[in-house]
Amino acid sequence: MEGLKTSLKTSVLLKQLLNIIVLVKQVPDIERVKFDVETGRIDRSSAPAEINPFDLNAIEAAVQIKEKMGGFITALSMGPMQAVSSLRDAVARGVDDAILLEDRRFAGADTLATSHTLAAAIRKIGSYDIILCGEKTVDGDTGQVGAEVAQLLEIPHIYYVSRIIRVSENSITVVSEAENASYTLESGFPVLLSVTRDVNKPRLPTLKSKMKAMKSEVKIWHAEDLSGFLDLDKAGYAGSPTWVQKVIVQKEKTRQCRIHRQVEDGLQELMRLLEAKGLV
Amino acid sequence: MGDKAQGRKILVVAELRGETIHPVTFELLGKSREIVEHTGGEVYSVVFGSSIDKAKASELIHYGADRVFLFKDPVFSVLNPMLYAYNLVKLCREEKPDIILMGATCFGRSLGPRVAAALKTGLTADCIDLRIDENGELIQVRPAFVGNILAHIKTKTKPVMSTVRYRVMKAREKDESRSGLIIEKTAEKLFQDRIRLVGEAVPKRLNITDAEIIVAGGRGLGSAEGFKLLGELASLLGGVVGSSRPPVDDGWIRKEHQVGYSGSIVKPRLYIACGISGSPQHLFGMKDAETIVAINSDPSAPIFRVADYGIVGDLYQVIPLMIKEIKARRSSVG
Repeated sequence: MEGLKTSLKTSVLLKQLLNIIVLVKQVPDIERVKFDVETGRIDRSSAPAEINPFDLNAIEAAVQIKEKMGGFITALSMGPMQAVSSLRDAVARGVDDAILLEDRRFAGADTLATSHTLAAAIRKIGSYDIILCGEKTVDGDTGQVGAEVAQLLEIPHIYYVSRIIRVSENSITVVSEAENASYTLESGFPVLLSVTRDVNKPRLPTLKSKMKAMKSEVKIWHAEDLSGFLDLDKAGYAGSPTWVQKVIVQKEKTRQCRIHRQVEDGLQELMRLLEAKGLV
Repeated sequence: MGDKAQGRKILVVAELRGETIHPVTFELLGKSREIVEHTGGEVYSVVFGSSIDKAKASELIHYGADRVFLFKDPVFSVLNPMLYAYNLVKLCREEKPDIILMGATCFGRSLGPRVAAALKTGLTADCIDLRIDENGELIQVRPAFVGNILAHIKTKTKPVMSTVRYRVMKAREKDESRSGLIIEKTAEKLFQDRIRLVGEAVPKRLNITDAEIIVAGGRGLGSAEGFKLLGELASLLGGVVGSSRPPVDDGWIRKEHQVGYSGSIVKPRLYIACGISGSPQHLFGMKDAETIVAINSDPSAPIFRVADYGIVGDLYQVIPLMIKEIKARRSSVG
């Protein structure tokens, strides 16, 4: 009886409220991570791992939408077991549920294989109105996964969202940025949005929410948990059409700087430079 | 398909900004010509627009296309990626290009991944070079990890798709005597109501990517007020104001001014960095400027290693003196 009551309540709630999925990735702290000059690989042990900074804006956007409309937020990530810590961080920042896609067979994925795996998990989650992601990740730096996921799910996407103007029960209005103009766009659900860092200022988790998050359960889904949703030939290294043939470590391009410690001398040289460039 | 002997079919997806074709398109056409001159083959281009006519589309031929597919329909006035992708994917299934190139711009970054996912092929982002190796395969070169490394990426599937950064490849001279074929296509008008434009597009005043002169400020400015001073110098020089990340994070200046890894990549004739220490993230965005001037009170600031000229000093002393000197020279000449 108690169980029935709860499930009835849940189903009523789920109908009214928005289901939001946030895609997150654990990345090395890019400002501190070291590179192995010999192999051109990054040494992941040299810097702490954290949530991709761009994803913090996606999480904050989800939390703000939930605060206005009510809803349920699921953070979804693919990565090694260590990524559980980043998903706990997402819980501390306000997501309700966290799922990590972890399997040896998911490893070594490029953006397309990653997108196939994430899209499979989203189909398994089943009910979603808004999918949010950051503009890009600081390590991969492609910004491709969002739109690829949207294509695989056959839903629209809006990139470079700098402002969320209005959310209703069945549509969302946002400002999307391009180089030369901003566009106010409206979409029904479901829709995938990639947000820029301008969209909000992510709040810091409180001590209380951190404590709660530490005890929260992060669901781990392996390949078999996605069976029926994912063709494993499309996942991981095997499913990745692109591969890195080699990497070349860039030498820092330095210039011979003419440094002036006397402002007067420096100023004279600058004026000669401006003259040479036809600016004065 | 894709056989060395048969040459390459390269499809360049043109980008329209308003009524004009964005120059990244011409750069891609130039690179494509270079590739087919090496491998044999043809350069195709496709353009989607609500008011683009044949005369405009023929510019694509003048810059290197052999064949242009023209989709002219009012539905393309809104950048609805589902609609664009559907039509582009259909064209690719008909024409079977070996390589598809688009600009690594908001347009290309939004549309490219959808098309790649639909065609079940690889997409390499932000390439800065493309070349054909001894096996006749395309090598896509892209910076990774804040520009610390260059990755050479290959794609196992066909077509090979890449987005390419603006202003890294060279367009050819416009040749109005070049001839080619313009093929008008009929748009499939699907998914129209999935994304709706509300009101008019709001044009941006600042175009930092194309700026010739940039006067940029960093944490060393100390406050938002400092940008007024930089603005005065910038406007005297006919330039714009740039910023490193900290002032943007602190709300001193809007994000569209940000130069660097998570902002814009710029290549001006003159970049004056004021109170910017020079983090790798900032250097990533401006190190290819023709001339770099650094003004910083800390002589050990990394910015001096990439600068051509440096003044160790207080920017609040140096810049007003510069402004005064520029004004003095102009009034004595004028």
